[in-house]
Amino acid sequence: MTSLAIVEAKLDAWPAEPDGASAARSLLALAEEVLEQWILARGETPTKEQREGFRLLALHRQGAQGDPSFNACRETCREIAYHYNLLNLQPDPQLDEQRQRMMAMLAKHLALFVAGKMQSAKLGEFCCSSRALRTASA
Amino acid sequence: MSNPDTKQKYQHVAYYPGCALEGTGHAYNRSTRAVGKALGLELDEVKNWNCCGAMEVKNIDPKLQTYLSSRVMSIAANQMGAKVVMAPCNGCYHNLKKAEYDLAHDAESREVTQRLSSKAGHETYRAGQLETIHALDWIKHGIGEEELKRRVRNSLRGLKVANYYGCMYTRPRHIFPEKDQGPGSESTSKPHFMDDLLAAAGAVNVEFPLKTACCGGAHTLSDSDISTKLVLNILRAAEAAGADVIATECPTCHSGLEMHQVRAEKVLGQKTTVRMLYFTQLIGLALGLSARKVGVHENVSESLELLKEKQLA
Repeated sequence: MTSLAIVEAKLDAWPAEPDGASAARSLLALAEEVLEQWILARGETPTKEQREGFRLLALHRQGAQGDPSFNACRETCREIAYHYNLLNLQPDPQLDEQRQRMMAMLAKHLALFVAGKMQSAKLGEFCCSSRALRTASA
Repeated sequence: MSNPDTKQKYQHVAYYPGCALEGTGHAYNRSTRAVGKALGLELDEVKNWNCCGAMEVKNIDPKLQTYLSSRVMSIAANQMGAKVVMAPCNGCYHNLKKAEYDLAHDAESREVTQRLSSKAGHETYRAGQLETIHALDWIKHGIGEEELKRRVRNSLRGLKVANYYGCMYTRPRHIFPEKDQGPGSESTSKPHFMDDLLAAAGAVNVEFPLKTACCGGAHTLSDSDISTKLVLNILRAAEAAGADVIATECPTCHSGLEMHQVRAEKVLGQKTTVRMLYFTQLIGLALGLSARKVGVHENVSESLELLKEKQLA
C-alpha cells in the first residue's frame, strides 16, 4: 500500500497524459487507494462493491459509516467520478489536460482530507500519535 | 423565477449576523447590510442575540447547541414577530437549521429546550414558527437574477470567479429539506445560487470542482498544517481554473482561505495570488457601491488593485 505522502507527491507531479481515459483510470485508482487506507486503518476490509458504477463511491460510503463528518469529502469523491466520466465519455483534446489536472487536484484534496482525519482519529503513522509506536508500547 | 409569495416574504427579514460577522467577518456584515439597503431589502437585527453554539458547544453538548440556536429563533419569532430569519454565516445557518430539525424530530431536544427556555425566562421556540434562510436565498428569491441584472450599474464583466460554498452550506442534507427540490431550488451536490447571482452581476464563473470541498476549518487550531495544505489546494485549483477571485459566502471559510493563503507562503513557501471577496462585496460593487462601502479595505486579501484594474473600484 502506497503511503498517503507518496500518493500526494504523485498527484502533485501528475504529468498530463495524451490518453485521457488511461489517466482517468490511474487517478481513480489512486483515489480509491486513499479511501482504502482510511478503511484499513479503522480495522475494516475495503469493499469491492460499487455504487452508481464506482467503487470509489462505495468506499466513501463505507468510510463514512459511524463517522458522519467523513461526508465532508462526499462531493470531492463525486467530482472525481464526474471527471472520470468526462475523460472517458466526452474526450476532448482541448480540455482533457485541464480535466486531468483538476482530477489530480481533487484526488489530492481527498488524500489531504483523509490524512487529517487519520491524524485526528490517531489512526495514522504520525510521530507521537503513530499507531505503530502506540501498539508497541501497549 | 422567484415565487411571488417567497419574494414578498423575504423583503423584510430578521437578521442574525452571528459572532463572526462582528469580528473577522465584519466586511461580510457591512456588505450584506449595504447590498440589502441598495436593493430595498430590509433587515431587522435579532435583539440581544447569542452565539448559535457553533462547533465548540455542539461537540460537547449538542442539545445545548440546539437550545442556544432556538433562543435566537424564539426572539425572532416570539418577540419580533418575524416569519423569516436570515443568517449569512454557514455555521449559524447550519446550526439554526439543525436546531429546527431536532426540535421537529427529537422529543429529548424539545424537553431540554423547554427546560432551559423556562429557566432563562423566555418563550420556548417551537419547530415551524420561523423559516431560516441564508443570505444567498435572501437575494436569490428576494430579488432574483432578472431584477438584479436590471439594477447592475457596474457590471463585473471580465472578472473570473470561482464560487466557494464550503462544506456546511449543504451538509447534512436532511436538515435542508427545501434543497434538491428541482428547478429553482438549491442543489446539495452542486450548489449554484452564488454562481447564478454573480453571473447576473456580469461575472464569468469558472468551472471549479472544489466548491464544496473541506477547507480544514475544524483543524485550524489543532493541526494548522493540514488546514494550510487543504486551503492551498483549493487556492491552486481556483487558479488552475482561471479565477481572479474566489467568491465566498461564509466568514469562517473566508478567513480560513485568507489566513492560510498567508501561512502557505510563510511556512510552505507556496505563493498564490487569487483574491478572496465575499459575494455580497461583489454584488455591491456591481450595484455601484464603493469598495469602501462594501468593506474591501477590511479584507486580509488585498484586492483593491485588481478591482481598479477591472474598473470596479
